[in-house]
Amino acid sequence: MSVAGQGAGPRDEIGFGREDPPPAGERQPARPRPPAVAPGWPAVAISSTGLSKRFRGGQLAVDGVSLAVPAGSVYGFLGPNGSGKTTTIRMLLGLIYPTSGEHELLGTPMPGGATAVLSRVGSLVEGPAFHPQLSGRANLARCDAADRTADPATAADRISAALDRVGLLAAARKRYRAYSLGMKQRLAIAAGLLQPRELMILDEPTNGLDPQGTREVRSLIREIAAGGTTVFVSSHLLAEVEQISTHVGVMRTGQLVFQGTLADLRNRGAARILVRTADPEQAVKVLAGRGLADVRAGDHEASAQLGEQRPEEINAALVHAGVPVAGLETPRPSLEDLFVELTGEGFDVNG
Amino acid sequence: MSTADLSPARAAGAGARRPGAAGGAGPWLRFLRSELRLIFGRVRNLALLAVLAGIPVLIGVALKLSGGGDGGGPAFFDQVAGNGVFLAFASLTVLLTLVLPLAIAVVSGDSMAGEASHGTLRYLLAVPAGRTRLLAVKYASVVIFGLAACATVAAAALIVGAILFPVGPVTLLSGNTVSLGAGLFRLLLVVLYVAAAMAALGAIGLAVSTFTEHPIGAIAAILVLAVASEVSDAVPQFSAVHPYLPSHWWLSFGAILRSPAGGPELTHGLLSFAVYVIIFAAIAWARFTSADVTS
Repeated sequence: MSVAGQGAGPRDEIGFGREDPPPAGERQPARPRPPAVAPGWPAVAISSTGLSKRFRGGQLAVDGVSLAVPAGSVYGFLGPNGSGKTTTIRMLLGLIYPTSGEHELLGTPMPGGATAVLSRVGSLVEGPAFHPQLSGRANLARCDAADRTADPATAADRISAALDRVGLLAAARKRYRAYSLGMKQRLAIAAGLLQPRELMILDEPTNGLDPQGTREVRSLIREIAAGGTTVFVSSHLLAEVEQISTHVGVMRTGQLVFQGTLADLRNRGAARILVRTADPEQAVKVLAGRGLADVRAGDHEASAQLGEQRPEEINAALVHAGVPVAGLETPRPSLEDLFVELTGEGFDVNG
Repeated sequence: MSTADLSPARAAGAGARRPGAAGGAGPWLRFLRSELRLIFGRVRNLALLAVLAGIPVLIGVALKLSGGGDGGGPAFFDQVAGNGVFLAFASLTVLLTLVLPLAIAVVSGDSMAGEASHGTLRYLLAVPAGRTRLLAVKYASVVIFGLAACATVAAAALIVGAILFPVGPVTLLSGNTVSLGAGLFRLLLVVLYVAAAMAALGAIGLAVSTFTEHPIGAIAAILVLAVASEVSDAVPQFSAVHPYLPSHWWLSFGAILRSPAGGPELTHGLLSFAVYVIIFAAIAWARFTSADVTS
């Protein structure tokens, strides 16, 4: 997290430096979409510095990830399969120990504070997992019994309420073995809803679901977030979290290559200028001469990153230099294009 | 460890224990009950208990049909025809060689590795059950299952013995006779002693179980350890290590059937069990509290 400059920081900076620098000791500035932070909650639900994990085989699965998940946000944690999302989530929950780096959940240092803080955190890690011979209800009862902060007197009611919330009340007495994949996924979410949570960490909650199930889970996440709970949701598909996220973090081969609001992500790609001309060579010279980055020449066109410059001034400069300008555009790449650019070859890369 | 230890400032925050949640031993007992329901609800474990109850029936019927022991069988076989209570001691002796250790190996080997293989371990830890607490509850349930297994053998043998054979005052190994009530009390002590032996094996099993995600592998490893120990115990050339073998003192419960009860054998046995429990519980704890849960 750097808090560099006011708006003039480098574009590829990781962190919320540009839009939302929370200077220490000051109250949080009003944001376009202020999170519903209850009094007494820490302003950052998840924070980590340089979180890294090298597995025994020597593979560096997570490499210096510094997360800052604002309280009350819906944070989409994106990246192709194998980019280190699940390993990061396992570290966040204290299931595996980082090789280096530190992190806090709800202001509590982990993994030391795991037993104190995790009862305030609901989670879904790498798919649902329950005892196949037990019913959905019995499985939730087991989860609840393991929680030392749970009140046994209200257990039955809370289990019913959680099952009801995910639409499994009718199948509560069915054995987990007989559940469909979607039902299993929903039962795992229900386990996270047994208590009022301040933070939900959901690892690929829509994995394996049909479009209908995906929609249901998405609306469930919206509902949870509307109650003031911070939601940290991972996915390998941007489209899946784009509609519900306020913030995104993008992983690529173990590194966090972008973190910020969705607007930040869009702005990243807005700054290009495309010149249609019969003389691309000359146009390139002008663009480069104005100090624009990433200047490219094409067939009857030239383009560059716009940066902080104004298109009309560039146009004037082009005309002044005798470039026959046939057209001038400031194209915005789609969010998907930006995402692909960030994550490399794309998603579901095998091997 | 417990949320009750939190400072007032911390407890006043959002992390305070939820209203109504019991402090102290309550949450532990609730978790233990849940664990016991899981163990005693599994068909496989119930089948093991059924086998443990069935073998005394077979022995009793065989002894009845053959007209009693012929003097060459395992310990206590000769006394069964004269007093049905001895069927319990005879059955425990026979079952200690393989079936009781097998039952303990199954439940203890499955304890951590079973949760890991189902993937439920990560959810228990995320609840959070607490690593040390989870291990303690798992071990407690293994010990309780071991006690239930030994009690099942004794109870089944007593019932069959009482049906097939006369039951009366018990003649001890030292030659003197005590009342039936006193004899049954000694049987209770024997059951507790054998359960302690199985608790030591259960500690080994728990430790093995923390090293793998494959319950079958853990169960096999524990059983191999138990059998290897028994085989080594039968090889006279290994006599120097015999007292340190986990199985060496299993059958020393005969000392309880002497008058006066007890003696160095019994003390050594209980000491051996205690040392095994401490060492292997420590190994299980050291392993599990530092292990990455990737299942």
